[in-house]
Amino acid sequence: MTGVVAVTTPYSVPVPLMDALQVTVLVLVAAGATAVVLTRRPVRQVIVLSAYGLMLAILFMAFQAPDVTLSELTVGGVALPLLLLLALAKVRKKEE
Amino acid sequence: MHILPFVVVAWILAVGLYGVVTSRHLVHQIVCLIVVQSSTYVLLLAVGYVTGAVAPYFYDIPVHTPAVDPVVQALALTDVVVEAAVTALLLAFAIQAHKRFGTLDPQELADFKG
Amino acid sequence: MTPSARRWAFLIAGAGLVAFYLWGLTGLPGFGDYPGPYGFILNQVAVGQTKATAVVSAINFEYRGFDTVGEEFILFVAAAGVSVVLRHLRGERDRSAMDEALGRGAAPTSDAVRMVALVFTGPTVVIGWYLATHAQTSPSGGFQGGVVLATAFILIYLSGQFLMFKRVSPVALADAAEAVGAGGFALVGLSALPLSMPYLSNVLPLGHTPGAIDSSGTIALISLFVGVEVAAAFVLIVGELLEQTLLVRQEGG
Repeated sequence: MTGVVAVTTPYSVPVPLMDALQVTVLVLVAAGATAVVLTRRPVRQVIVLSAYGLMLAILFMAFQAPDVTLSELTVGGVALPLLLLLALAKVRKKEE
Repeated sequence: MHILPFVVVAWILAVGLYGVVTSRHLVHQIVCLIVVQSSTYVLLLAVGYVTGAVAPYFYDIPVHTPAVDPVVQALALTDVVVEAAVTALLLAFAIQAHKRFGTLDPQELADFKG
Repeated sequence: MTPSARRWAFLIAGAGLVAFYLWGLTGLPGFGDYPGPYGFILNQVAVGQTKATAVVSAINFEYRGFDTVGEEFILFVAAAGVSVVLRHLRGERDRSAMDEALGRGAAPTSDAVRMVALVFTGPTVVIGWYLATHAQTSPSGGFQGGVVLATAFILIYLSGQFLMFKRVSPVALADAAEAVGAGGFALVGLSALPLSMPYLSNVLPLGHTPGAIDSSGTIALISLFVGVEVAAAFVLIVGELLEQTLLVRQEGG
């Protein structure tokens, strides 16, 4: 059994359009990852990480995976930035 | 388009690893580790994609509609949540290291003994 | 090793790794030409066998349920590990929550943040509960629902009341909830053994309509337990970190 060429359901988008969307979001994700690594100050990096998580969620949607999108949105948008900011607040308090 | 997602995975992995290796702050290192982990999610989903297919949820579409591979989605889904908890554990280590040694620079921490 | 020597060593090794990886890419089927039969077979039989319309959740809690048990215990151990690692070291003391709350010189939370956090707490709980209980119908499931439920507790903290957060989610209650979630999952699996079926078999009635609330047997039940466990684990972790930031002080300063 091999892959399908193109299928028409009420929910599928024409293949060239999906291709264009996926290429765009892939390039954005690569740029986002570079931005996260090149931001050296940790507090700023957390904000960039949050935006990167949003970009990843859009990529997972373009790959037809809504469950993974949900997980990434909640974890990368809320839980991870909160944990990081709490840890940063703790170490910053010691330095003062 | 045939190999673009896999090339992007290699790029994210390499960039994340570069961040881990040349970092001067433990929390920055942990965030770069998060980036490395995210490359594996993209790889998993890219492997299972079928051109022109829809998401594997058959609530309102007929059961034999061609859909993308659901197994890799199941793997990536639990992955995302569990790695967040493991990152919390790493952050706890970083906090204790800061309390004990007073510095968060991994290259200085490497010189401490015990 | 000096930083620049380290950077050069990484660049050379990284270039080798990437070259190897790109050489391996040439042997793969291209993006979108998924050849493997496993995914196609599962898509066709899953709805008929388990009466669950969300195939991904059926895989997570039924076909590959054993892997999910392992992942959930990773989460459990990570939450326990955070509690252990952040224990009090010698020379630290714990100010009582009441003293800290009155004496802190932090800026008061703005009213806009408080109002938004309070308004959204209720809908967040509802959405989290909906996600955790509808695993077999649509893109939802225990893991996502649990994180959204934990977010509701975090919103209570954000609306300015750390004391309220501690009262609503005391450590003992969160510990108990986490144990109920993790143990419940393991026990649901064990319940198949007295009927001489393998561990984690689907023993509850499967229902008539695929995707209805009472369909798919143990999948919905397991998803509920997983949701409770993930929410409790995240509340525990955030509570530990909050305590560290707000309450724990070094002796003498």
